[in-house]
Amino acid sequence: MAGKTLDFVGATGRAALRFAATVGEWGVLMQDTIRGLRAVRIWGKLVFEQMMRIGVASVPIALFIAAFTGIVLALQASYTFTGAVPVYLVGSLVGKTMIIELGPVLTGLALAGRVGASIAAELGTMRVTEQIDALETMAYDPAAYLVLPRVLAGAVMFPAVTLLASALGIVAGWLTAIQLLDMSTPEFVRGLETFFVPFDVVFSVIKSFSFGLAVTSLGCFFGFRTRGGAAGVGRAATSAVVASSMVILVFDAFWAAVLL
Amino acid sequence: MIRLRGVHKAFGEKAVLNGFDLDVPRGATVALIGASGAGKSVVLKHIVGLLAADRGSVSVDGREVAELDQQALYALRRSVGYVFQFAALFDSMTLAHNVEMGLRRIPGLSRRDIRRRAAECLELVDLGGLGDRYPAEISGGQRKRAGIARAIATRPRYLLYDEPTTGLDPVTTTVIGRLILRLREEMGATGLVVTHDLGTAYEVADSMAFLHEGRVRAHGAPSEIRISGDPVVRSFIEGAPELMETMA
Repeated sequence: MAGKTLDFVGATGRAALRFAATVGEWGVLMQDTIRGLRAVRIWGKLVFEQMMRIGVASVPIALFIAAFTGIVLALQASYTFTGAVPVYLVGSLVGKTMIIELGPVLTGLALAGRVGASIAAELGTMRVTEQIDALETMAYDPAAYLVLPRVLAGAVMFPAVTLLASALGIVAGWLTAIQLLDMSTPEFVRGLETFFVPFDVVFSVIKSFSFGLAVTSLGCFFGFRTRGGAAGVGRAATSAVVASSMVILVFDAFWAAVLL
Repeated sequence: MIRLRGVHKAFGEKAVLNGFDLDVPRGATVALIGASGAGKSVVLKHIVGLLAADRGSVSVDGREVAELDQQALYALRRSVGYVFQFAALFDSMTLAHNVEMGLRRIPGLSRRDIRRRAAECLELVDLGGLGDRYPAEISGGQRKRAGIARAIATRPRYLLYDEPTTGLDPVTTTVIGRLILRLREEMGATGLVVTHDLGTAYEVADSMAFLHEGRVRAHGAPSEIRISGDPVVRSFIEGAPELMETMA
């Protein structure tokens, strides 16, 4: 019994050390990335391209998710509010939930899968085929050339895509309300306005900004530390998605606790 | 001049270099030969600061690589052309853009100069007219030559070749060997060629060093290495493992 307890303690300790080492390595990469800000000539021209790849190319999947989320929110709110609760509150629930919670989180999780995996696989392939070493031998700072444009693009485009998705989710909820729930547009808008405060949008932007930083930096991090050929690239992509998703949920709770 | 003295390097439990010494004099071409996995590529990576030695000294032109700050390290790297084993071309870029990458890091070169020089380098390795192709669209031998074009684009003082002929057919191997000789004559660069292809080593090198168990076991002119009486060297040269077993 004592032996098993000791084994458990040892295994837990080793896992904690590995986790701390991983966080430390991520921190070093971020430090290099921040230092890379000075090398504007290296990363300046690459940010726009990454904004297109990370942000614009992600719009369809984000809008698809948001539209169906808006529809379901309206239907479920109507189902829940039967009786004592005024039906115009369907608009409140759809608007508030899309802006401060489901818009940022669902968009963040969708982009963690799409963007995080893509970055990790791309940089992982570059690592195992020595393309990152080649960059270094040509006097390029890989953090400035590869990481910084992606992280900056993520920080800018995640909020933009999130706002767009939240707006479409609300529109989908409104269309559902007037088409399927016998609500009028004024009723829905009244509900939207009742609990809306401009800070909700700020809150959404802050959250999605942090999700963008997390997803892109973790994608780059796991890509950079890839080892072992195709299998290693696969592991890097998986690790990036899992870690990003977990961090998004932790940040979600953190911002709610700190800012609301 | 490139000088390595008493270099030790281990990856985890595995010691790869174990007191490695080598001089590559200015203007000379040295071939570093040895079995696969002996640590030959690791030596090259120390010279450009991609790896740091656990112990020992690695210096280029009298300056200790490990002590260089970032700007000095970049300056060193601009003076070194590195030909990777599998070319390591950027697969999202055309060959011309690959070659232009290093040139963009040289201050004062106009876009026109960069394009012109990249085209010249591709021409030099007989890839003129293929500049708009992507690495996936060309053969293995062409990729190697494109990797060489990229390495020489900045007119480096040093050229490091990591297995330049591995995986190539005999004809392409000869073409690459002759290209290395031609570049040496035209550019006068100091060269270090890591290879286990003895034919290429004999052809291009002024001297050869045999890496075994993390250190240089034999060093001399190609003619001396050819007739070495050391059973380990003979075993490698003749491809006869039984000679090693005899020694054991």
